[in-house]
Amino acid sequence: MLQLIARRLIFLIPIIIGVTFISFSILRLTPGDPAQVLLGENATEDDIRAIRQKFGLDKPFFVQYAIYIANVFQGNLGTSIRTQRTVLTEVMSRYPATLELAGTAVIIASLIGLIAGIIAASNQNSIFDYGSMVVSLFGISMPIFWLGLMLMLIFSVILGWLPAVGRGTLAHLILPAVSLGANSAAIIARMTRSSMLEVIRQDYIQTARAKGLAERVVLYKHAVRNALIPVITVVGIQFGYLLSGAVLTETVFAWPGVGRLMIQSIYMRDYPVVQGAILLVAINFTLVNLFVDVLYGYINPKIRVE
Amino acid sequence: MSEEIKAAKGESLFKLSSRRFLRNKGAVAGGIIVMIFILTAIFSPFIAPHDPLESNLEDALKGHSRKYLLGTDEQGRDLFSRIIYGGRMSLAIGVVAVSIAIVLGAVFGVTAGYVGGRMDNWIMRLMDILMAFPGILLAMAIVSALGPSTFNLMVSIGVYSIPTFARVIRSSVLNIKEMEYIEAARAAGQHEFKIILNHVLPNCIGPFFVLGTLRVATAILVGAGLSFLGLGPQPPTPEWGAMLSSGRVYLRSAWWVATYPGFAIMFVVIGFNLLGDGARDALDPRLRT
Repeated sequence: MLQLIARRLIFLIPIIIGVTFISFSILRLTPGDPAQVLLGENATEDDIRAIRQKFGLDKPFFVQYAIYIANVFQGNLGTSIRTQRTVLTEVMSRYPATLELAGTAVIIASLIGLIAGIIAASNQNSIFDYGSMVVSLFGISMPIFWLGLMLMLIFSVILGWLPAVGRGTLAHLILPAVSLGANSAAIIARMTRSSMLEVIRQDYIQTARAKGLAERVVLYKHAVRNALIPVITVVGIQFGYLLSGAVLTETVFAWPGVGRLMIQSIYMRDYPVVQGAILLVAINFTLVNLFVDVLYGYINPKIRVE
Repeated sequence: MSEEIKAAKGESLFKLSSRRFLRNKGAVAGGIIVMIFILTAIFSPFIAPHDPLESNLEDALKGHSRKYLLGTDEQGRDLFSRIIYGGRMSLAIGVVAVSIAIVLGAVFGVTAGYVGGRMDNWIMRLMDILMAFPGILLAMAIVSALGPSTFNLMVSIGVYSIPTFARVIRSSVLNIKEMEYIEAARAAGQHEFKIILNHVLPNCIGPFFVLGTLRVATAILVGAGLSFLGLGPQPPTPEWGAMLSSGRVYLRSAWWVATYPGFAIMFVVIGFNLLGDGARDALDPRLRT
């Protein structure tokens, strides 16, 4: 187990190098000059040159990258061109908001997805089964930003029950979290259902029934526990995606998270912040996946032995 | 007669799969939905009652009427006509992006799987790194660097989808590589490149098709999302994501502007998802989840 964790943590190094290199090269292809953007239309040649020198934008590509990566491994992600604060400060100040949103979304998604999936599977081919599968098809096919707008239209504009934008109270959290989690809820529901159906067909479930256990005990004590093993992976992966995929939801609800910081920085051509945010989100994603793998091994002894 | 007997009697895989496909109601429904969207896209000029670009400021933000079936947007353009023309854009984004991903994914996947060894290792590590960019981040970074335009959007979504195709194709190739007919072709002295072209690739077609259809759905969703963020086709081009974005401001006064394009996105994506699921079940029921 420790070996697995160590191996996966070492794999973080090429990930960091790869992700930084790709995002660094991609963003250097950008036509706009960040110094020009920062100083505006009226900047003189000298001003632009000074800014370029200050941020190292005048050096050759590979030199810029080498300096950057050396700094990254020392925990220095650079300085925001726009605000002059360090990138780490910028991203970390937005991070709690994204974590709060993604965390709530994954809790909502798991609750709805698991309950719907288990009920659908234990009543296979019933109206509830078909109904929940149709709803989940809509769930995976809906653009989340549109769902966000529709929820906003119904619950804020028409009914006036919940605030439309911003962060602060619990009421602010409900709409963004629900719209962000809807897609994952649908994926988790489908996964839970198919995993349950597979488990229900197995011999040991027959045995449990044959020895006269109540159907409820068979389902919830024997079937669900085993059916949940693959579902855990899906929930974990979804959490990783939600942390990053919040860009659209954060834009719709003006949620002050990392996603919105990233999109604002893209508009402003604030390279260091975009790179830093991408890197931190990618590391986060990899760590969540590592955690899921370890958890999976812990729950399923068969995997551990292998 | 059971399917095994029919297969044993020499019925082709294609016939068997298409029968399985046609028996699946969801798959047929998906096929019909997709067909409707494709036909609407092709015949937009004949179906749309108005010019999608013609603005008429006196009629701005008008609700449903006989003249404007789904109302008008902030420039008085007919929403219904814009949605119909917008389908061209969304389908084009989905299909072109997935084609880019299929071609490059096949190059990487076949090379990794067929050549194996160190090459395999390098390619797959590169794919792992691309996959470490979560969600739409990679596509966002690429399109923001190249500048927002329809073509750049297609490229960025294509690149974003490469690892998925490369992985699936690699694993198919690894299976096919061990087959006796490959050995036979090699023994007959065929050139490796010809073996790949004539024997390996045609046998990957099933997973290609299934994944391709499902990925068109994803590509349309991602494309609409990026357009919503302003990273796609630029105004006044009718595109569903961009239409939603501009309608967002008028949610209070004219809810229809941001509402109807979303339905269009959802239905076309449902169509491709049903079609992809149906194709998967028909081609390889074992893959069913």
